[in-house]
Amino acid sequence: MSWVRTEMALAQPAPGSVRGPLAWVRKNLVGSVGDTILTILGIIIVAWVLPQVISWAFINAQWTGPDRTVCATVAQGGIQPDGWSGACWAFVNAKFGQFMFGTYPVEERWRPILVAILFVALLVPMLMPRVPRKGLNAILLFLALPIVSFVLLVGGMFGLPHVETSRWGGLLITLSLSFVGIAVSLPLGTVLALGRRSKMPIVKMLCVIFIEAVRGIPLITVLFFVSVMLPLFLPAGVSFDKYLRALIGVSLFAAAYMAEVVRGGLQAIPKGQYEGADSLGLGYWQKMGLIVLPQALKLVIPGIVNTFIGMFKDTSLVLIISMFDLLGIVKQNFSDANWATAQTAKSGLVFAAFVFWLFCFGMSRYSMYTERRLDTGHKR
Amino acid sequence: MASQEVLRQEPSRASLINDPKVRSLFFQTLVVIVLFGSVWWIVQNVIDNLQRLHIASGFGFLRGRAGFDISDTPIAYTSDSTYGRAIVVGLINTIIVAVAGIITATIIGFVIGIGRMSQNWLIQKICTVYVEIFRNIPPLLVIFFWYSGVLAVLPAPRDSYHLPFGSFLNQRGFYFPRAVWGDGSWLILVALVVALAMAWFVARTARQRQMATGQQFPVLWTSIALIVGLPLLAYVLSGFPLSFDLPKQSTFNLTGGFQIKPEFLSLYLALSCYTAAFIAEIVRAGIRGVSKGQTEAAAALGLRSGSILRLVVVPQAMRIVIPPLTSQYLNLTKNSSLAIAIGYPDLTATAGTVLNQTGQAVEGVLIMMIAYLVLSLVTSAVMNVVNARMALVER
Amino acid sequence: MDFQTRSVSVIFLDLTGIIAFDAVREWEAARRLRCGIPGNGLEWELRSRGKKNQGLPENREKGLWVMKHIAIGILGAATFGFMASAASATTLDTVKAKGFVQCGVSTGLAGFSAPDDKGDWQGIDADFCRAVAAAVFGDGTKVKFTPLSAKERFTALQSGEVDILSRNTTWTINRDTALGLNFVGTTYYDGQGFMINAKKLPGVNSALQLSGAAVCVQSGTTTELNLADYFKANKMEYNPVVFEKLEEVNAAYDAGRCDVYTTDQSGLYGIRLTLGSPADHVVLPEIISKEPLGPAVRQGDDQWYHIVKWTYFALLDAEELGITKANVDEMKNSPSPEIKRVLGQEADTKIGTDLGVSNDWVVNIVKAVGNYGEMFDHNVGSGSPLKIARGINALWTKGGLQYAPPIR
Repeated sequence: MSWVRTEMALAQPAPGSVRGPLAWVRKNLVGSVGDTILTILGIIIVAWVLPQVISWAFINAQWTGPDRTVCATVAQGGIQPDGWSGACWAFVNAKFGQFMFGTYPVEERWRPILVAILFVALLVPMLMPRVPRKGLNAILLFLALPIVSFVLLVGGMFGLPHVETSRWGGLLITLSLSFVGIAVSLPLGTVLALGRRSKMPIVKMLCVIFIEAVRGIPLITVLFFVSVMLPLFLPAGVSFDKYLRALIGVSLFAAAYMAEVVRGGLQAIPKGQYEGADSLGLGYWQKMGLIVLPQALKLVIPGIVNTFIGMFKDTSLVLIISMFDLLGIVKQNFSDANWATAQTAKSGLVFAAFVFWLFCFGMSRYSMYTERRLDTGHKR
Repeated sequence: MASQEVLRQEPSRASLINDPKVRSLFFQTLVVIVLFGSVWWIVQNVIDNLQRLHIASGFGFLRGRAGFDISDTPIAYTSDSTYGRAIVVGLINTIIVAVAGIITATIIGFVIGIGRMSQNWLIQKICTVYVEIFRNIPPLLVIFFWYSGVLAVLPAPRDSYHLPFGSFLNQRGFYFPRAVWGDGSWLILVALVVALAMAWFVARTARQRQMATGQQFPVLWTSIALIVGLPLLAYVLSGFPLSFDLPKQSTFNLTGGFQIKPEFLSLYLALSCYTAAFIAEIVRAGIRGVSKGQTEAAAALGLRSGSILRLVVVPQAMRIVIPPLTSQYLNLTKNSSLAIAIGYPDLTATAGTVLNQTGQAVEGVLIMMIAYLVLSLVTSAVMNVVNARMALVER
Repeated sequence: MDFQTRSVSVIFLDLTGIIAFDAVREWEAARRLRCGIPGNGLEWELRSRGKKNQGLPENREKGLWVMKHIAIGILGAATFGFMASAASATTLDTVKAKGFVQCGVSTGLAGFSAPDDKGDWQGIDADFCRAVAAAVFGDGTKVKFTPLSAKERFTALQSGEVDILSRNTTWTINRDTALGLNFVGTTYYDGQGFMINAKKLPGVNSALQLSGAAVCVQSGTTTELNLADYFKANKMEYNPVVFEKLEEVNAAYDAGRCDVYTTDQSGLYGIRLTLGSPADHVVLPEIISKEPLGPAVRQGDDQWYHIVKWTYFALLDAEELGITKANVDEMKNSPSPEIKRVLGQEADTKIGTDLGVSNDWVVNIVKAVGNYGEMFDHNVGSGSPLKIARGINALWTKGGLQYAPPIR
């Protein structure tokens, strides 16, 4: 039995630490020469950017104040020492009401606030998959809420004074334009998508032309179209409110994109579903409404949310047709002589960017969450 | 035959109203009638409105004298040129900023996209922060940031930053020497064209030879030598015909040289940065889409990691990447219309000014829409060709 | 991938067919219902009015009916909320029917039309609209303002979105003939000027020294054209820096993007106030163009044109006759027959009613905004931060150009 080893092999030295912070650094930051160089580069970037940002946005920032003096250096007629550079949050603070509601009458501002509360109260359970009674929730959110919001925001009935849309502004316009836009563009886009997959050549052709034409032009031209061309399309004496025109433009624009998203969903439904519906003797609309669309729309929820994010960002363009959405009203306030300082513009833009970012980031996270949730069945 | 006759006449339940063909025809006729009806209605309204209000119409105005100046004129243009030419200037400006933006955005996008897949934790996080910031704010805001940033950070013309090679950087833009071509400089151009053709030929032959015999040829160095060497030779031979027009300080601004205006600079940077965030995500998805087996198989064949990326992963990823990349290119082109907010004279801005000076809204907006549509169609056509070449050749 | 291709699908059904088929089936169902039990909502309502109730699913039908009517009501309300009245009546009738004058103003130019802290529009252009509202309704507050960009302004007026365009707009022949506008007069005689930062550019005191400068200008204005003409005529070079909106031009000039700001001189004085340090900036003496700014109306409605035109003249005549906001009520009893006539105190006067307004229209105008002089002083003149001298905008009796035909 000479092949049997008689003594134990010597224990090898313990391997270098594979746990703990040191090993993590070794693995993730200084794995190789190239890695190390990259890390150093990264550290330099962070060390250069971060302190500046923090000192500007927090340490040197002015949070409250009556007018421009708190945000201007002595040389500029203010109280700050020369060379001071910090965010002028006092400006945002003072104009906050305007940024949110535009020139919506102050005593009526409870109305948009109430709408916002109702909206959140209905939306949150809608977004949580575990909360029951989705049907009722959807009816309330998509049918009742628009009516209630319309009555509340526009007024002119039930003793509420009328507030014309030219007094709306700020986040109110951004949110209402994009939410109404999405509510209109989703059904419209679905119809367009169905039309594009239709067997009728003329219907199909028209839908393709519409979708491709709208997707081929920038939103600005669509907005120009509705603001300067549409009025000439209508008979003498009829004219639309500017807000409604922007709404039409944004909705038509989003509908074309939505149509492509929905078409993706329609194509992903296996043929068996269509055939099964046919063999049951369902009519076209029954087939689509009961079998295909519920599956297809569910599949493309992430796509819909992404389109919505795009639309939310795009509403900022209405400032070019002189409507004052969040970005527009922030920009408009730069010219207020009371607050004109070197920091005003920067602070205002950062604030607007932060608000947009908050909404878009939240939505994209939600979209990723649904994607993961819906994806479970298909994982390999 | 008779039985078929019978069968054809037999459909008892199928009255005309139930015949799919008839119904299809009926429905489509209805759509056409409604469509033409509304188009006719709109056209009537427009004609009626224009006549009632005595507004001029027609495209004749395009031949009128523009009377306004444009800041960036890639082709000859003065206030005596026509409205039509003003619109063309705008269109060319749009194309310039779109092409420049597309190139830069692609480069930044690929770098950031690959960075997000990096092993290096810090780099990965920096890239993620970049993507999450730029993806979630409106492009218009990015443009404003760059513009106010550029204006705020750079000095007035008098205190310009002096950069190497006689270039300057200040609030009015980036100035660098402009090449002035003397007599015989056409020779340099010819030499460049010849060098490019030769480089292409060398590359092709080398590839064929490698395919046939496995022998490699240093294509890169040969090409560089050709492309740099030949024009240089021509430059010397034709007696140094090149001189430079240097920017100089004058009362108000720097004069002379070539100037890139801050409007262009900020639009171009903003579009590049914004679109790069989306391209980065596309690239990441593309690389993820290549199955791990491919990488492992390549490694098993003994390829080094650089070669794996270049020869195995990227060609396959490109197939996934190109279609969404196309739509990002289209988006960038369309977003270039935001130039109007910072006064870069692109198509929207010049056509808008023309619209405004002539008051012919219908024609102005139509021209804008058609021009963008054509641009988009051309971009998608080009990208479709690229896509077709990249597509998997199935055997 | 198309999952519905004809070659593969066994149970191919034509899509159109199905749509049309469904329509027919619905139609048939409806007919059946109508014969037997109560059909659609409206019919049910008619019948139930005549003879109460046919029994059967009454509640459900009623619910449906209620919902339908709520829907119609909301649709109607939406239409009212957003759409202007559709009648092809005269502008005066439309204005009276809706109860206010819709006035197109700028997006914000101090002294002419700019919203104050509360969002109320202030300025000479805004006040002119108030004067028209006062003439029509006897109430200067019955006016609504629509801010318009330079690009939108003409379409907005042409399409009927606004009734008056009172937006520091220059009167030119092209705008009268090719754009279908009617300018009613010149509420402010202006001229295009230049402003520079004297601190940064010491020694520049004439526009003729501006060769090579970067010039900030708003696009789509007559200003842009005059600028090109002026520099061309004087053989000077310049870099145009063109923006869509006034605020953007202001910001760019303030940030030092350009050396020179050009627009109407009145505008320059207004803008100077909003700059970081107003004292640094000077307006150069040259005036390079005539810019008669005035309100405009649509062509094709002479009555409305007259009302707006004579509102302007009434403001001037009131100043000439010394009628002010403060003394207008006393003036009614003035011995002067001319003042009495203007204020509509003459017996059996028909001046106002012939115009289409009430006879005390001038009283209403002056009560609402004062006379022209008061309006000027309050908004752009000595009583305002702009402190612009009357200059050529003084009455003709005081050496200016403002001259109104008599009201008689």
